[in-house]
Amino acid sequence: MVIVPETISGRQEAQSPSRMTPPALRLRKPSQPAVTSDSVIRAEGVTIRYADFAAVRDVTIEIPDRQVTAIIGPSGCGKSTFLRAINRMNDFIPSMSISGLLTYRGQDIYGPKSDAVDLRRRIGMVFQKPNPFPKTIFKNVAWGASINGYRGDIHELVERALRRAAIWDEVKDKLNQSAFALSGGQQQRLCIARAIALEPDVLLMDEPCSALDPIATARIEDLIDQLKTHYTVVLVTHNMQQAARVSDLTAFMYMGELIEFDATDKIFTTPSEQRTQDYITGRFG
Amino acid sequence: MTLVNTNFEPRLAHRRRIGWFFAFACASMVVLAVFVLGVLLISVADQGWRWLSLDFLDNFPSRLNPEKAGVKSALFGTLWLIGLTAAVSVPIGMAAAIYLHEYAAKGKLTRFIELNIANLAGVPSIVYGILGLAVFIRLCGLGRSVLAGALTLSLLILPVIIIASREALAAVPDSIRLAAFGLGATRWQTVRSHVLPAAIPGMMTGVILALSRALGEAAPLIMIGALTFITFVPEGPLDTFTAMPIQIYNWIDEPDLIFQELAGAGILVLLGMLLPMNAVAVGIRAWHQRRKAWS
Ligand SMILES: Nc1ncnc2c1ncn2[C@@H]1O[C@H](COP(=O)(O)OP(=O)(O)OP(=O)(O)O)[C@@H](O)[C@H]1O
Ligand SMILES: [Mg+2]
Repeated sequence: MVIVPETISGRQEAQSPSRMTPPALRLRKPSQPAVTSDSVIRAEGVTIRYADFAAVRDVTIEIPDRQVTAIIGPSGCGKSTFLRAINRMNDFIPSMSISGLLTYRGQDIYGPKSDAVDLRRRIGMVFQKPNPFPKTIFKNVAWGASINGYRGDIHELVERALRRAAIWDEVKDKLNQSAFALSGGQQQRLCIARAIALEPDVLLMDEPCSALDPIATARIEDLIDQLKTHYTVVLVTHNMQQAARVSDLTAFMYMGELIEFDATDKIFTTPSEQRTQDYITGRFG
Repeated sequence: MTLVNTNFEPRLAHRRRIGWFFAFACASMVVLAVFVLGVLLISVADQGWRWLSLDFLDNFPSRLNPEKAGVKSALFGTLWLIGLTAAVSVPIGMAAAIYLHEYAAKGKLTRFIELNIANLAGVPSIVYGILGLAVFIRLCGLGRSVLAGALTLSLLILPVIIIASREALAAVPDSIRLAAFGLGATRWQTVRSHVLPAAIPGMMTGVILALSRALGEAAPLIMIGALTFITFVPEGPLDTFTAMPIQIYNWIDEPDLIFQELAGAGILVLLGMLLPMNAVAVGIRAWHQRRKAWS
């Protein structure tokens, strides 16, 4: 058991040198990360209501391309609500209504010309609880590609996705077995493979590690680190260390409002808001 | 380890006794139900077994010559009836359930419709007979045909099929739907690939139960004027027909003891038709259970 923290820290040093670099050096506009010109997702005064209750209030944020953006904040502050709004997964909650402007690469996500089906192919999602389909491991990954008219070699695609999700070695001999026969952590990585098999532009992850042990968590954090060379990642997490480890930018939400959004390094060392300071030092939340 | 806190009084023995009592009470109800069913079956079998033969299945009913009487016309009538009823009610019922549960907005109107479907399931079957008589026979001019009978029975069991199918759909966890939508699936792709395979076993159980009910219905068929005594087999959906429950009812009505025994044999044949139907339901469920886990 002593071996676990050692491997994790060893892995961090060996495989993630970038984590040692101050985020400020990697950001295009370190002083104002919230207004980079090449933002993928842009929210302007977004308010999301469940019936009369405003779960997200007047949020304005710009999420930059090919970066990991973490959203932190106490339970019930509207993190999931905001995340689900980005790929319109909130549409399935009848009482939900949204106002303000939310755009994806300049297109209004809730505009009349927006197609939620097409949008969700480009903006993939990994849910808090692993939710594999009751099908084989292979079909879990291949299905999304096949319904979206993938014309390449499906076996190659499945292997690539499973490799990227760091689960290939564990499942390569049982691709035709039920996904339910996997452990929780393996199921979560399978769900990540399923999402990245579609080669989405943006990957939304809602507490992807909340049900995982430290080893599986470390694997997924590694994976997120690699993913950002290809994808924009938005990550909701309750784990402060995780946000500090994997993200470039961190947004702090409190009671539906976006309190502070800045380079992760800054948020965790010298936040400008007292409430952020209180939260990351564990004084409330 | 001593219990320091004296605010708890577990009374384990007492709680276990209550548990045993209810387990025993429920088990005795099972025994009672099986016993009643057994007595029923034995008394029917005792009456009818002597007449059960291939000839009984292959002969037409006869008043003058009960020894040579059979259920051929009723048997084929019922087969026609159930086949047509299934062909009409199963696709409509399943489609309606899929629409109501997967597509329709969960508003007041949907709830109102669902409530009314539930109410329709409780309407006495004779009322459906009256409706069938007015609509299919008078209005559509289908006559006393097996098609008119099947349409009437379809109306009768549609609510049951819709309710059972809807329940089966509701039992499919939403996380599966969200997973599919999250991959850019359309509503139909989600339903077709993930929701239906998970719901089909439950839907099938409902369908088979509903069809079993249709199999035993006599009242609406009498209402729409299904013939009680015919010596030919329907050859198309527009032919006149009789059905097993009508034939049985008919025989029981006769004063002569031999007809009572023929009725018993008829009931055995009807039960014999239910068995393979239920076997099919169990088979479909088992097949899908396996597929669900392994494919
Ligand atoms: N489907 C819903 N209907 C009504 N209210 C909801 C719904 N989902 C969430 N809420 C409310 O909206 C608020 C924000 O919920 P949300 O799930 O976004 O919080 P969260 O920040 O993700 O919390 P957690 O960290 O616990 O997951 C909460 O007060 C919650 O009660
Ligand atoms: Mg949440």
